[in-house]
Amino acid sequence: MINKLSIKNLNFGYHNKRIFKDFFMDVSDGQIVSIVGPNGSGKSTLIKCIDSILQPSSGDVTVDRDNIGKMNRVDIAKKIAYVPQGSMRGFPNTVFDVVLMGRRPYLSWRGDKRDEEKVWEVLRLLGIEDLAMNYFTELSGGQQQKVLIARALAQETGLILLDEPTSNLDVWHQIDVMEILRSLVRKQRLTAIIAIHDLNMAARFSDKIMMMKKGRIIASGAPNDVMTGQNLEAVYGIKANIRFTEDIPFIIPMTRIAARA
Amino acid sequence: MKQVNRQFTIRSIYGAGKKTKTGKFSKARVAHSHALWKKALFLISLAALLVLSAGVILTLGQVPMKISDVYCTLVNSLVPGMFTSDELITHVILKIRLPLILGAIISGAGLGMCGCVMQAVLKNPMASPFTLGISSGAHFGVSIGAVFGVTILNGPYFLVGNAFLCALLCSGFIISLSALRGATSETMVLAGIAVNYLFQATNQFLTYIADDEQRNIMSLWGMGSLSSLNWNGVCFLLIASLICLPLILSRAWDLNLMTAGDESAKSMGVNAGHIRILIMTVSSLLVAAIVSFVGVIGFVGLIAPHMGRMILGNDHRYLIPASGGIGAAILLIANALSMNILGSVVLPTGIIMSMIGVPLFLSLILKGKRKEFWS
Repeated sequence: MINKLSIKNLNFGYHNKRIFKDFFMDVSDGQIVSIVGPNGSGKSTLIKCIDSILQPSSGDVTVDRDNIGKMNRVDIAKKIAYVPQGSMRGFPNTVFDVVLMGRRPYLSWRGDKRDEEKVWEVLRLLGIEDLAMNYFTELSGGQQQKVLIARALAQETGLILLDEPTSNLDVWHQIDVMEILRSLVRKQRLTAIIAIHDLNMAARFSDKIMMMKKGRIIASGAPNDVMTGQNLEAVYGIKANIRFTEDIPFIIPMTRIAARA
Repeated sequence: MKQVNRQFTIRSIYGAGKKTKTGKFSKARVAHSHALWKKALFLISLAALLVLSAGVILTLGQVPMKISDVYCTLVNSLVPGMFTSDELITHVILKIRLPLILGAIISGAGLGMCGCVMQAVLKNPMASPFTLGISSGAHFGVSIGAVFGVTILNGPYFLVGNAFLCALLCSGFIISLSALRGATSETMVLAGIAVNYLFQATNQFLTYIADDEQRNIMSLWGMGSLSSLNWNGVCFLLIASLICLPLILSRAWDLNLMTAGDESAKSMGVNAGHIRILIMTVSSLLVAAIVSFVGVIGFVGLIAPHMGRMILGNDHRYLIPASGGIGAAILLIANALSMNILGSVVLPTGIIMSMIGVPLFLSLILKGKRKEFWS
């Protein structure tokens, strides 16, 4: 399989605290890859290092064999889109204007009709065209998440990074967002890397799961192989009951086994 | 190649057409198109209002004249011999009134636009051109000149030179300090407020030790007035505007993205830290130039962008020119009132500016549909 993303020898730390030491990771094209792990394991930091939002002290991040570290911001934005955790704060903007922001890497000062057309296409694709003239801050959490995904799609990249896309949503919207992502990955050959807390959502919708602890990948592979009692115990320090529905693991956390390391 | 395929997929699934199945544009598209027209129409109306009101204001004063005299004289000065015009009227318009009018328009537009972009890069609806302590820095320069006689320039521009240099030093210090700490908006605002307090304290000390005449100079400058503007000043402000404003306007998209947050902006191709330093440097330069000639006319830089946001929304491609136009209109009217309201007595423009600006701004807040200026 072709590698969409490849990380080699990545080193990163906040001030004196080292997060990644000689970190390696490969992601194949056209997959949903979920990164799971306890708070502070480095999921969001990894996402930001891939997109060069945080600058690694050393190491190579390559997307489609292009070294991200040697590219300028606009060229990176044409390769990787990022959907941040939570909503936007700031001066209120309409949904159309928020999604149009995703066209920034391609825009001239005046803007182009083709860019506007792209925005309408993406809004229609996600079924939110009618919300175009509403203010982003007036939308529900689920609608806001769709708008942020639409903004990422407007960037026309092959790789989308999502930081906790379901964390503030009810169950219906969690499934809605994850189904949208799966449909995009299947139909448009996108690759999505998702930092996510919900183990069952990750197991249900991912092609591959990477389980992280303290900046290291402890287990990686298909959901069935990764979501084992042993791995959950080693990474989260919990005992869990794992059941299978349609061959998909379903995790029921039972007890903590010890104070967290 | 891959991108072309993907685009094809989106189009093939959902259709590339602009219209719905019934052959009509969707309601959202129609609303969007109307909104764009409204924005363009507002900007054109604002420009027309400025030209008309400038013409009317040029007729006001102790030498009576008609509005047709004003436009004939102006056309005549550009294309000599086109109309016949009275020598006294020509002298009054070109030598006395026009520099003030143009000075008000350039200063108001500059302060409005700089206020708008500073609010965007500092992500703070309370930011204004004076957030980085430019006014207190400039005031310090004036105080030094008035009390100790230490001046950069000699002659009539001794206060202007001092104010300009000290304002630039003050904002330069804050921008450099923030750049060392990653140029976040919070660092800049906090450093700006801190330095503002320092200069205010120094100014109070200098006021305390100054004699009556020196105190008078410092106090009058602090009130802000356009009455001392002449063609030299207007030319200086025009050159500063022509250098700074295109740089600011060319970053309109980047400013839109920065309102989404630094990380999001970065992920969409905009280095927020760099843009923040660039915009603050350029706008500080322009504000320092304006303040050194007209003193502290602070309120216009805060309210003009907010009026623009209430009317046009937060797309900086339209908002920056609108803030400039609104700022120019407010300062033009405030200046006309300050020059004419008490006959031959000229009031400081800054006072009138706040007196008409605050009620206007408050009425817009109360009448406005939106309750949120920041979310």
